[in-house]
Amino acid sequence: MRINVNGVAFSYSSTPVLKDINLDLEGNEFVSIIGPNGVGKSTLIHCMNKILTPTEGVVMINGEDIKGIPLKELAKKLAYVPYSGGDAFPLKVVDTVLMGRHPHNKWKSLDSDLDIVYDTLKLLRIEHLAMRQFNELSAGQHQKVMLARGIVQEPRLLLLDEPTANLDIRHQIEVTKLLKELSVAKDMLVVMISHDLNIASKFSDRMILMHEGTIFAVGTPEEVLTEENIRIVYKVDSNVVMHNGRPHVILNDSLGDSSDCVDESPEIGISGTPSVAAS
Amino acid sequence: MIFIAACCILTFALLCVSLSIGKYELSVTESYRIFINILFGRNKVVTMADEVVWEMRLPRSMMAVSVGAGLSVAGAAMQSLLKNPLADPYTTGVSSGASFGASIAIVYGFCLLPSITGQNAIIVNAFLLSLIPSAVMVALNIFKKNTTATTTILTGIAIMYVFSAMTAMIKLLAKPESLSEVYIWSVGTLGKATWDNIGVVTTVVISGSALLMLVSRHLNVSTSGDKLAATLGININALRVYLLVVISFMTSAIVSFTGTIGFVGLAVPHMVRRIIGSENRYLLPASMAFGAVFLLLCDIIARSVGTTGLPVGTITALFGGPLFIYLLIKENKLLKG
Repeated sequence: MRINVNGVAFSYSSTPVLKDINLDLEGNEFVSIIGPNGVGKSTLIHCMNKILTPTEGVVMINGEDIKGIPLKELAKKLAYVPYSGGDAFPLKVVDTVLMGRHPHNKWKSLDSDLDIVYDTLKLLRIEHLAMRQFNELSAGQHQKVMLARGIVQEPRLLLLDEPTANLDIRHQIEVTKLLKELSVAKDMLVVMISHDLNIASKFSDRMILMHEGTIFAVGTPEEVLTEENIRIVYKVDSNVVMHNGRPHVILNDSLGDSSDCVDESPEIGISGTPSVAAS
Repeated sequence: MIFIAACCILTFALLCVSLSIGKYELSVTESYRIFINILFGRNKVVTMADEVVWEMRLPRSMMAVSVGAGLSVAGAAMQSLLKNPLADPYTTGVSSGASFGASIAIVYGFCLLPSITGQNAIIVNAFLLSLIPSAVMVALNIFKKNTTATTTILTGIAIMYVFSAMTAMIKLLAKPESLSEVYIWSVGTLGKATWDNIGVVTTVVISGSALLMLVSRHLNVSTSGDKLAATLGININALRVYLLVVISFMTSAIVSFTGTIGFVGLAVPHMVRRIIGSENRYLLPASMAFGAVFLLLCDIIARSVGTTGLPVGTITALFGGPLFIYLLIKENKLLKG
């Protein structure tokens, strides 16, 4: 699996969000994208999975421009786990996960699809939740179910938008470790957006640090997570120490005025689930 | 599956009961015997009793089954499509367009198609005008990119107000006799059912439901969010247009023959959700089955009231409302317990 992002720029109406992004990812790595709020992390991911069309530049998968790939074909190669999945009409966990098989089958679910679903639930150690309603679960279970839906899609590239948000430390570690293991076990490229620098550092093969709509640094956690980078991008004073061969960030204080941080709004993107009453 | 089978059996049982209800007194077994005899061609329609059962009561009951099934499946699909539990088949403004069409036919005797008068003019007008609000919404989804479910709903509501205002103007200027007819039409009744109407409505309902069930898997995915649907390979805009067209045609066809029978399309899908869950592959057929039972039952009640009976539109909400509330409260208790 190879994905190339060549000179991608994106604007929401007149507000530029991404500027000239170039990125090449390959193999079965576990990659995390980090950076402050509103810096364009989600937008970048949405350009990669065709939810948004870049204003400039191209995204190529295995050398093919994704513009020319039909949605259903793309869905066999690339899965996306959204930030939050509030369903208006919640289904059973097994049915929710089964949705992930959609790109692969015609109109009926086969027993083989169900087998894949149950294998995945077992892999994530949540098979006991199969018959529960999706909305009755805790945030951590929620996240694992949505992850399961992405996995049963059997993609070569899995994109995740903050899979560890709202999780306690144990679940954060569990989910992140699982993603690292999956990248190897299923031979796929896993790209996640994260706000927890230390957990990302502990498990990532590569990190991408974004700053004001551009990529500020790419490389191993050791190359990316430096005191200077964190000061410039996050405007936070920190000490970075090495722990078990990985950099570990100790936060000290925020620097200067926080009002010159980038505006939060562009991160929202396409509006989510509506809650407006009808008739 | 058991639920659907149970509903089908119940529908048939209620159908037999419904045949015996009305001013002309007949026992359940007797009306059933007449029904079976004529159905299998052993008897022709000769006696007064035959006439009552075959030409008057059976069409009405059959209409209840078709309309109940059609409105319910359309409501279920609309709710899933718009991700909104308050949506129903009329959310696109079908009912307001139809009311306007019917009003001009009743009050001015005017028909959009030349040389059609009377009942047929009402039907034609209601059908044609009910398609306008839906057409606007479909156009919106085709031509404006990034139209969300919320925009779709709000547009539907805005159009509904426009048509309601025009209907209100006509009513204000109308003579009392025609006003009462407009009113009865707007409540919704099955009393105008004839064998000819049933053929049309049933065909539309069956083909429409089949078209909806074809995409029930896509519907599941679309309720989980537009972004996710896209990454699972679904063109959400195309799906929305397809569903709006199918639902609108189906609802328009029903409404133009019966008037706006309320509540069924809103409540039945929810009642079914309480029982079997929200998986659209089961929800759609189960809503059809239960909708048929529900409307038939309401019509039996409507027919038994007083000497002439009431329009079924008054009964659906009057009896369905409390039942609906009961189901809502009951589920909450289960959740807490």
